Amino acid sequence: MRYGQAPEVLRDIDLRLTPGSFHFLTGASGAGKSSLLKLIYIAAKPSGGRLRIFDHDILTTPRTDLPFLRRRIGVVFQEFHLLDHLTAFDNVALPLRIVGQKLEQYQSDVIELLDWVGLGERLWAYPPTLSGGEKQRLSIARAVVTKPDILLADEPTGNVDHAMALRILRLLVELNRMGTTVVIASHDQDLVARSGMPVLHLENGRLSTQPAAAPRQFPDDFDSFPETGIL
Amino acid sequence: MTVLENRGSDPAASILPAQDGRDLGLVFTVAVLSFLACIAVIAALAADRAAQGWARQLSDSATIQVRPLGGESGPEAAARAAEAVAGVKGVSEARAMDRKSAEALLEPWLGKGNIPADLPLPQLVTVDLSPDHPASVADMNRALAAAHVSAAVDDHSRWMADVRTSGNVVRLSAAVACLLIATAAGSVVAFATRQGLAARRDVVEVLHLCGAEDQFVARLFQMRFAALATRAAAYGALAAATVGAILRLTGGSDGFSPALPIAWTDLLACLAAPALGAIVAALSARSVAMAILREQV
Repeated sequence: MRYGQAPEVLRDIDLRLTPGSFHFLTGASGAGKSSLLKLIYIAAKPSGGRLRIFDHDILTTPRTDLPFLRRRIGVVFQEFHLLDHLTAFDNVALPLRIVGQKLEQYQSDVIELLDWVGLGERLWAYPPTLSGGEKQRLSIARAVVTKPDILLADEPTGNVDHAMALRILRLLVELNRMGTTVVIASHDQDLVARSGMPVLHLENGRLSTQPAAAPRQFPDDFDSFPETGIL
Repeated sequence: MTVLENRGSDPAASILPAQDGRDLGLVFTVAVLSFLACIAVIAALAADRAAQGWARQLSDSATIQVRPLGGESGPEAAARAAEAVAGVKGVSEARAMDRKSAEALLEPWLGKGNIPADLPLPQLVTVDLSPDHPASVADMNRALAAAHVSAAVDDHSRWMADVRTSGNVVRLSAAVACLLIATAAGSVVAFATRQGLAARRDVVEVLHLCGAEDQFVARLFQMRFAALATRAAAYGALAAATVGAILRLTGGSDGFSPALPIAWTDLLACLAAPALGAIVAALSARSVAMAILREQV
């Protein structure tokens, strides 16, 4: 994959994400993590090769079908991509409004999810008034509210403290247990190492796979974090 | 308290950011265009009414110019001609015009009191025709010939044709003007939509990544600009109706003038402006938004 006439950002990528798998995506800055995620959430198309998402060849799939594939993919952006003119509630509700749900259908789920990520008191706050960590959690809530088949998270724990990072990871693990395929791009080597999850490592645009390592070394109470009822 | 109650009266918060100062220019432009369109329609309706009135008056009457024969005087010949055509089927009334009435017709050109008493004037007969089945020129010519009256019958058909042509030109001009104004409004909205999509690229990107179809995104802009155009067109229509009302009031019983007899009902045409503005804006915004969105990944 390349942007315009620039050198290739990703090359010789051969990756198949098994449904229900959980991967960390690691690599130095500029290694192509975000580009790989972009390919998966169909924000970019490969300049060569083949990309299949949910059994659809993205290069030949009609443009009108892509939104329906994107709806099955939740994305937590590094830059959050929140809409500043919408409240926290409306930001999380956005994917549900897009698929035509009415307020009465989604309001309790959205409130519960926001409560779970610790924003229960900030329902009507606008993103510019939220801290980086709060924006991160809001972004996660928006990504998971549709219960996607694939969840992609670009540095989801980069702006939160350790306790919240574990809480977020707990949410992602819970999603994974329910069958969601999860890929987390992260610089947090400690979190990656302690998770015991398989790692996709990018270096100079090339991908290598490292199988699951040592057993998880999360705190004893990791599994006792409150579960999100809506998931 | 439910979320609905917490959110007040707006259960569906706008996905697009609220309108900002950039929209004021568009509101002003659409309002001006709406004003011009409404004025054009009011003027066209009034001019059309005048043309129809004139055509009706002309079609309901005819004029006969009588040429006296032998020792017969002009008034005698005119009286015989009036008597001859009065019996024709389709003629309601025929009157020989006296000299005083003929002088009154010339006064606008020659001035009052400037017509010498010995100036020979044409001997005219004015004929009122039945509106439903007016007598034809041939019928009247036959009656005049039978009475041995030398005369020429003018049924005003040439003038009626001119008046009707004028009325058609006015109607067509107003329609073309409205069409051009609608096109201009559509172009302005198209430009604003293009600007809006560029300015809200971040919002559009998020919507797409959340699974929004192009139609969903286009509909947001369509609704935004339709609402804006409705408001702007209403302002313009209100201004035009106000101007029309002032002209109607100052014009007295003639409306504004004999050539533009504005009626109160003409002002009702302004009511259509907001709806038409909304339709033009919606179509324009949607087509432009869809075209731009299709170019994206």
